[in-house]
Amino acid sequence: MKTRGQKRILPGFGLTMGFTLVYLSLIVLIPLSTLFLKASSLSLREIGDIIMTSRSLAAYRLSFGASFAAAGINAVFGLIVAWVLVRYKFWGKALLDGLVDLPFALPTAVAGISLTTLYSEKGWLGGVLAEVGIKAAYTRLGIVIALTFIGLPFVVRTLQPVIREIDPEVEEASAGLGARRWQTFLYVIFPNLLPALLTGFALAFARALGEYGSVVFISGNMPNKTEIVPLLIMTKFEEYDYAGATAIAASMLVLSFLLLLTINLLQWWSRRHHAVA
Amino acid sequence: MLSLKKNRAANAASQPRLVRRILIGSTVLFLGLFLLLPLIAVFAYALEQGGTAYWMAIKQPEALAALRLTLMTVAVAAPLNALFGIAAAWAIAKFEFRGKNILITLIDLPFTVSPVIAGAMFVLLFGARSAMGGWLLDRGIQIIFAPPGIFIATIFVTFPLVARELIPLMQALGNDDEEAAVSLGAGPLQTFWRITLPNIRWGLLYGVVLCVARAMGEFGAVSVVSGHIRGVTNTMPLQIEILYNEYDYVAAFSVASLLALVSLVTLGGKKIFEWKSRQHIIDQSAYSAQGGPVESTAS
Repeated sequence: MKTRGQKRILPGFGLTMGFTLVYLSLIVLIPLSTLFLKASSLSLREIGDIIMTSRSLAAYRLSFGASFAAAGINAVFGLIVAWVLVRYKFWGKALLDGLVDLPFALPTAVAGISLTTLYSEKGWLGGVLAEVGIKAAYTRLGIVIALTFIGLPFVVRTLQPVIREIDPEVEEASAGLGARRWQTFLYVIFPNLLPALLTGFALAFARALGEYGSVVFISGNMPNKTEIVPLLIMTKFEEYDYAGATAIAASMLVLSFLLLLTINLLQWWSRRHHAVA
Repeated sequence: MLSLKKNRAANAASQPRLVRRILIGSTVLFLGLFLLLPLIAVFAYALEQGGTAYWMAIKQPEALAALRLTLMTVAVAAPLNALFGIAAAWAIAKFEFRGKNILITLIDLPFTVSPVIAGAMFVLLFGARSAMGGWLLDRGIQIIFAPPGIFIATIFVTFPLVARELIPLMQALGNDDEEAAVSLGAGPLQTFWRITLPNIRWGLLYGVVLCVARAMGEFGAVSVVSGHIRGVTNTMPLQIEILYNEYDYVAAFSVASLLALVSLVTLGGKKIFEWKSRQHIIDQSAYSAQGGPVESTAS
């Protein structure tokens, strides 16, 4: 390894770097490559046979659909929440702002049983919904609710710093040039927020795709109906169908890495966008 | 003058009162419904049958065994990841080398892996059917469906947490303090203990708090590797699942409320950490204003 330009005065590079690389390899890289190695021992046809069953396809469709819906809800409400928390002062704001991180902090199993009980027909919210004929727990709606919960901080926390940085003078200028408030928002503010909004959406979507703990309780876990992909992997493991579990897990991993790449590109775009604006 | 200008800007940048009320109203409603209510519900359901039932549920031997295993998992995962976090942050923040961004991305990798898939990896690596698992089993070492599997899966899931807090912090602090100490003849350990550690202690503490909370609450990854053996390989979240599936709701929510309390501690910890680090930066700039060395990279 070379240092660029500067002379290395501080000690410990070899030791810390060595430990970092060894630990990273043992805990992350070797286990991950084991999974891909196992998956590559299957032929494409075998993988196709596993993924193309109606049960797997239903699980993929549900996981993507529900994650997309939840990330969408979070994009809309997350934008409002972030805007309100940055721009307005009101009683209880600090508490709400601190609470936004709750889905990061609360164990998923705890969130899972709490949401399920709340939305079951006897629960506080499920009872209200049942009266208007909506069933939430043990349906796809319940899955979307759980995924909205766990994805909520992503959009808010990516948007807040960007909203904070918008110069009021830009809005002032827009208003001074005769723009209405909604025009200023739509043509001046929103384009500035778009990269961060998309990043938050992608982060929430990626998190929702892999989520397990908060969903298993509320989903009811009916094959073909309310079975998400992580649960399908779990079931395959419990049935000792290691090949099936490996193939589905590897396919999901590839998708998450592609999402990670997209998120990095979005963030890069966001930074560049910001530098220009 | 200035306040006048500010005022006009505020007017141009604000919404009519009605729009503002609708926006604040929907924020309060959305966060109240999706965040506050589930949190309150955990405690409400736990205490539904009074304090005695709550206490009895927590004192059950299986719940206590789950608590013990959970604390053991924390005791293994948190120190290792803290050590890793310090080492990685030192190497990344203090030195320039090629591939630094790739290394940072690799450290973040466990966040993009679904917990279930994380557990699956370790079953494939150490399970009885794998080469390594079979070899270890022949020597009487069981990893999967035993506590070591739970430890490893938890280490994986909480892997980036401390490093993530420390890398940006140490990058912002810069190298000046340490370089001064070394050029004045301080040894490597002395420099670390006397200079670096006091500077990063709040960030380190917050990273460890995050790591502890996540290690206690991890469910998906641990679920795959544990085998759900009662009293032996059940952590608190797994115990919650069992109690809930047996319709013992009060007991399930009682154990859950303990984890919810831990998560509230982390939320409070975040506020304290933010406050402390702001204070630290203020202290530093006051010091510079008095003619002390100027923080060149603190931005």
